[in-house]
Amino acid sequence: MSALKSREAILFGAILALTTVIATRFPGFVTPTNLVSVFTDTSPLMILAMGQMVVILTRCIDLSVAANLALTGMVCAMINVAMPGLPMVVILVVALILGAALGAINGILVWKLSIPPIVVTLGTMTIFRGIIFLLTEGKWINAHEMSPHFTGFPRNEILGMPVLGWIGIIVALIMMVVMARSTMGRAIYAVGGNPHAAVYTGIDVGKTQFYAFVISGTLAGLTGYLWVARYSVAYVDIAGGFELDVVAACVIGGVSIAGGAGTVFGTLLGALFLGVVKNALPVVDISPFWQLAISGAAIIVAVAFNAKSGRSKGRVILKSAEHAQ
Amino acid sequence: MEPRKSTNPVNADQGVVLRLDGIIKTFPGVKALDNVRLELHAGEVTALIGENGAGKSTVVKTLTGIYQPEGGQILLDGMAISFSTPQDAADAGVTAIHQETVLFDELSVAENVFIGHAPKGRFGLIDTKLMIEKTAQILESIGAKISAGAKLKDLGIASRHLVAIARALSVDARVVIMDEPTAALSQTEIEELYELVETLKAQGKAILFISHKFDEIFRIADRYTVFRDGQFVGEGKMANVEEADLVQMMVGRAVDQLFPKRRAEIGEEVLTVAEYSHPTEFENISFSLRRGEILGFYGLVGAGRSEFMQSLIGITRPSKGKVSIDGRVSVIRSPAAAVEAGIVYVPEDRGRQGTILDMPIFQNVTLPSLKKTSRDGFIRLAEEFALAREYTERLDLRAASLDTHVGALSGGNQQKVVIAKWLATKPRVIILDEPTKGIDIGSKAAVHDFMSELAAQGLSVIMVSSEIPEILGMSDRVIVMREGRMVAELQDDALSPETLVRHAVGINVEGGLA
Repeated sequence: MSALKSREAILFGAILALTTVIATRFPGFVTPTNLVSVFTDTSPLMILAMGQMVVILTRCIDLSVAANLALTGMVCAMINVAMPGLPMVVILVVALILGAALGAINGILVWKLSIPPIVVTLGTMTIFRGIIFLLTEGKWINAHEMSPHFTGFPRNEILGMPVLGWIGIIVALIMMVVMARSTMGRAIYAVGGNPHAAVYTGIDVGKTQFYAFVISGTLAGLTGYLWVARYSVAYVDIAGGFELDVVAACVIGGVSIAGGAGTVFGTLLGALFLGVVKNALPVVDISPFWQLAISGAAIIVAVAFNAKSGRSKGRVILKSAEHAQ
Repeated sequence: MEPRKSTNPVNADQGVVLRLDGIIKTFPGVKALDNVRLELHAGEVTALIGENGAGKSTVVKTLTGIYQPEGGQILLDGMAISFSTPQDAADAGVTAIHQETVLFDELSVAENVFIGHAPKGRFGLIDTKLMIEKTAQILESIGAKISAGAKLKDLGIASRHLVAIARALSVDARVVIMDEPTAALSQTEIEELYELVETLKAQGKAILFISHKFDEIFRIADRYTVFRDGQFVGEGKMANVEEADLVQMMVGRAVDQLFPKRRAEIGEEVLTVAEYSHPTEFENISFSLRRGEILGFYGLVGAGRSEFMQSLIGITRPSKGKVSIDGRVSVIRSPAAAVEAGIVYVPEDRGRQGTILDMPIFQNVTLPSLKKTSRDGFIRLAEEFALAREYTERLDLRAASLDTHVGALSGGNQQKVVIAKWLATKPRVIILDEPTKGIDIGSKAAVHDFMSELAAQGLSVIMVSSEIPEILGMSDRVIVMREGRMVAELQDDALSPETLVRHAVGINVEGGLA
């Protein structure tokens, strides 16, 4: 636990340092308004990363999150076009349920057919995008076709922060409680930490992985609506390639790609780090291509750090050292 | 007849290809080999016999350069040599066919045979043509009808075994070690293997044959050497020895370890298992277990004991059979259902199957009992901590705090975490699979003491063990399994080292081969 805490401290320090460096060159970046906007802008990544974290904790991976987001977002937009008067609650419920259902497809394939998760989600990723094309024949749904309350909801400000940012915070709080305090959260850590031991303990490994995919899908569905509403556009390729950013946020946040280790807080920091990099670089006039290089370097540093902390954990042979740890 | 200490000095030095003399090998806490000797003769099969843990595998690893002995010498043709790597052993012509043959599915037969020492042609590239030719020669010499170019994954188990043998012979072997070579083979394949052994003998190779099965030892071995607890106890010619003498040598020790077995009050029947069967692993297991009783399960490694236990707790499905707890039929389809029914299993491989190293102690302890400390799927932390504290204190687990990760604990403490975890579920029946395997003498006594205490408190214990002293010292009753079947149920006067081994290796009590 202490290794995780210190890793989170390091990451938090890195984000602060980055912000400070940018502030010296461009003080406007650290005004409260701008920081809130950076946070809000990063919320979709944070929400998706928390879902992805759950999946990675169970030794799986979900590459279909961005495609799930795009499909659910498109369905929400089409419902809005067909029935502009529908209340927001219905749209949100549709987004959550459809996202969960798409996640459940991944989960069932992994659980019942024991297909490797990377193969399953690579397949569903393409299928989901394909379905969008079949639904729309490649046509876009643009801002003027959507109703104002549909596109306005995530942007409404409460206490100076848009609803999108608040949703990020609410999801984070729920996920923290679920992961730390629920039996399911405990099962997720157990399955990733040692699947063999989990089986003997009476935990159904496949079922737990199924739930992880459902959680990831639900959050992707939610983000699907928020994304489409915020950018006021829906088409086949929205959030293309975004699944890689999501995985990157988890890895930078200290989620072990081997499963079983990682926290909601770390994942949030990982997402925020990428968010700050993405938002700050254009401000200080650095080419956005540097952003890719920095994200990549951060991933490698994070993985190297994980590997190192894993290695240093040797056997405690000395009696005197046993309590010192 | 007293076969101890080489009774056959006749031509003792003639034809000795390889000799081990005074070999010592220790592991932390255990003397795996203590001053052992072994002689292998050209054109003869020497059987190495001993119980589980007698040191047979350690000898094989010493001979093949995987382990380096701390004392003693290895003599090849009378010259002292040392094998510091497996390659050294191979270069000297000592080669082993291991219990589990390591082969590569996607490579061809020839590539498998010559992996690591492929013949090189121009520019240091592999000479494929020569490699295939040589492979074909070797395969022909052992009478195997396999194409050298075939992909390994297209071959059956028997053919794979022949490929493994071909690989062993490809290094121009003088000494061939066969470690339980028939364990995975069917009867006809075993016959073919015997023929192959005859062929190798005729070629003048010295063969070390390790087996648990008496019938095959008497069938193909010319000489025997017996180890017990890492020590040499006897050797001689098969022609001059009876089964009874071999059994005597294998087990002939006084039960000298102290077992704190207290006679617990044995109560009513708790668990009844009737005709439990599995399509491939075991068949017709029936027994009952009473309150406060310790029931031992003895057998050789691979007799199907662990497989049966795993089926009993719902990890694998039986093909038929019935389990009743307190007289009521119980359907156990998953480990969770077993915990619910009050049957828990402490697996043999505690590192892999026991704990989750990345989790703190308290979370490991409460993992199977989380339902009890939570409401509506949410954990009550105070109750969880109280449960964890109660059971870690009962086991006298010393750690800085219950927040400590299990990975940071010593092996003995990790073991306590595993046992605390299962006791916290308040089971009726606890199954301990090899409870003292790989732990030192002091900790063993503690585990035995604890087991007695559990029984005294009214828990029913099933103890799977391959150690005869432990079985004799701890059990109220013993079931012996062999090749997936229950072959005996012994108690009181019927319990002796000899009867256990006879049943386990398949010699019936009258003395003939079963």
